[in-house]
Amino acid sequence: MKRWGEKLVELILMVSGTVSIVAVILMTVFLFREASGLIGHSAVEDDMCVAVNRKNVVDKISAQELRQIFDKEVTKWSALGQTIKSEDEDSILLFRVDDIVQYYNEEQLGDSLQYVPKLVSALIDSLPGILAFIPEKYISDEFKGRKINVAPLSTREFIFGISWLPTAKPAAQFGVWPLILGTLWVSLIAILIALPVGISCAIYLSELADWRWRKIFKPLIDLLAGIPSVVYGFFGLVVIVPMIQNTFGLPVGETALAGSIVLAIMALPTIISIAEDALRSAPQAMKEASYALGANRWQTIYKVVLPYSLSGIAAAAILGIGRAIGETMAVLMVTGNAAVVPHSILEPVRTIPATIAAELGEAPQGGQHYKALFLLAVILFIITFVLNLTVDIISRRRNANKN
Amino acid sequence: MKKFLFAVSAVLALSAFYPAGLDIRIKGSDTVLPLSQKFAEVFIKKNPGARITVTGGGSGVGLAAFLEGTTDIAMSSRKIKVSEKLKMQEAGKSYKELIIANDALSVIVHPSNKVDRLTREQLEGIFTGKITNWKQLGGEDQKIIAYSRESSSGTYEFFKEHVMDNKNYAASVLNMPATGAIIQSVAQNKNAVGYVGLAYVDKNVKGVSVSYDQGKNYVKATIANARSNKYPVVRPLYYYYLTKDESKLKPFINFALSSEGQKLVTEIGYVSVSK
Repeated sequence: MKRWGEKLVELILMVSGTVSIVAVILMTVFLFREASGLIGHSAVEDDMCVAVNRKNVVDKISAQELRQIFDKEVTKWSALGQTIKSEDEDSILLFRVDDIVQYYNEEQLGDSLQYVPKLVSALIDSLPGILAFIPEKYISDEFKGRKINVAPLSTREFIFGISWLPTAKPAAQFGVWPLILGTLWVSLIAILIALPVGISCAIYLSELADWRWRKIFKPLIDLLAGIPSVVYGFFGLVVIVPMIQNTFGLPVGETALAGSIVLAIMALPTIISIAEDALRSAPQAMKEASYALGANRWQTIYKVVLPYSLSGIAAAAILGIGRAIGETMAVLMVTGNAAVVPHSILEPVRTIPATIAAELGEAPQGGQHYKALFLLAVILFIITFVLNLTVDIISRRRNANKN
Repeated sequence: MKKFLFAVSAVLALSAFYPAGLDIRIKGSDTVLPLSQKFAEVFIKKNPGARITVTGGGSGVGLAAFLEGTTDIAMSSRKIKVSEKLKMQEAGKSYKELIIANDALSVIVHPSNKVDRLTREQLEGIFTGKITNWKQLGGEDQKIIAYSRESSSGTYEFFKEHVMDNKNYAASVLNMPATGAIIQSVAQNKNAVGYVGLAYVDKNVKGVSVSYDQGKNYVKATIANARSNKYPVVRPLYYYYLTKDESKLKPFINFALSSEGQKLVTEIGYVSVSK
């Protein structure tokens, strides 16, 4: 009977182990599948295309140029490097399919809008400077305009592009360089703040503190890990942001530094408890040997305990960075989220997790924006994967040292 | 056995008494969401047995679901687009449009800011990054810090279409995750400017008068001005539903447009539909 009970427990353990491994693999596959198909396609909305008058000689246009035209920064075809003869052919006239009501009345459109494709075609034919943004299915054999191609998104443009305008019409801009830099800056500064503080605290708790103090401090620090991140975010927005603005005399307090400070506070519990564990694992015999040789307490910590637990402290640091890189809500609230390439830590930045959290809700499923957000998640996944791998290698080395 | 039969017949009698058929699905704009939830809450209280499911997701999402037939009412903070109309036409569905409330946007600055009036062109300049210093607007020599909502917000799109003439936001504009965060930031930053729903403006921030005729007339953002169509940054909030569902939805729609429903509109902070 007892054997059966054991068998059952073993079976349950095996099944739950297998299920979680399969779930992890499926999620990774899902992540990569959803992200595929962005690179190499043009950033124009699905089922839409760009068309011009037959006489126009432009045959290719970049997403960047399209945005400039729609923002009226570029208003002449000649500014795109075209030689155009007459004035009315040169100035760009923008047309979206929703603009059709400005040219024709409801009667002309037909009561079930059946004449729209024909009218659009006629309109494009009659206006030489037109740049029309219309549904793909209007392009038929009788279509009197000419469809032009929009340059597809390249990997280089995606990673090193500096403008992130995912909802820009008609062609979205997916340049993630500012987001990657923002994430790395915020996490790096956070760890530079959190690491010295965390390790000092761990040394104090494991080596110096009275057991009574330790009994009070440890649960308090664990409590810090239990506070929801939105509370940290609100604290940051109300306290840290104005503080930074006043201290540095800045025009705006929502900066990378504000995010770093909030993240540093959030990463502290992880760093302290792991580093403390590592420090405590230094054998008592070694410490006593050090005292026996005449070393004082500080010399023992510095020369014996710290070197012994170095790899454990490194693991604490990297897990802290991992927490910082993936944190979303607190950062979303205090960094200002402007997608610009940061030049200093006193400027607003936008991080990858904040971008995903803020934009995924409204991105149409399966669309270009949706895919771009998943590709961002893939980048984040790779960064944390590399970090975890590093932890693994370091702790493996620690075990090897011990044996 | 007799008791059991009696219980069964009592239940049957009760279920016949209540209009059990009323089951409404509402989906769409996050701006309209709190209003629809309030409508549903009060309506269900008065008509037990009715079931109303309200979900957000954005105007585009709601209209797409409407087209697929997975929602009875689409909430939208913008008018249905020609491209969406065409799709409805293709599917052979006819629908009705209903304005249930109006939403006005207010441009806010720090209370100590000397600037208290702006034209549409100036606002466009600020949010597209062409105007960067308060000096250019008659204020102090300080950098302008512009706050906007995230791109997933209906307010973001409305401001872009209605105020910025469809131009794109500058990359340097700060994006905040919620209206409350914009108020908080503008209240504590002397150089800030942002936009929020009219109902959210409190004493910690200052609303700016806006001109849509190159600076001839400036109009203060108040509910009264919004209702009398003097204030320009106003948008209607819509319900879309299929013509064939009209009789089924009638009780709920009538409730929304009744004086009681319109009182809820004012409570939520929108501008009621004038009759």
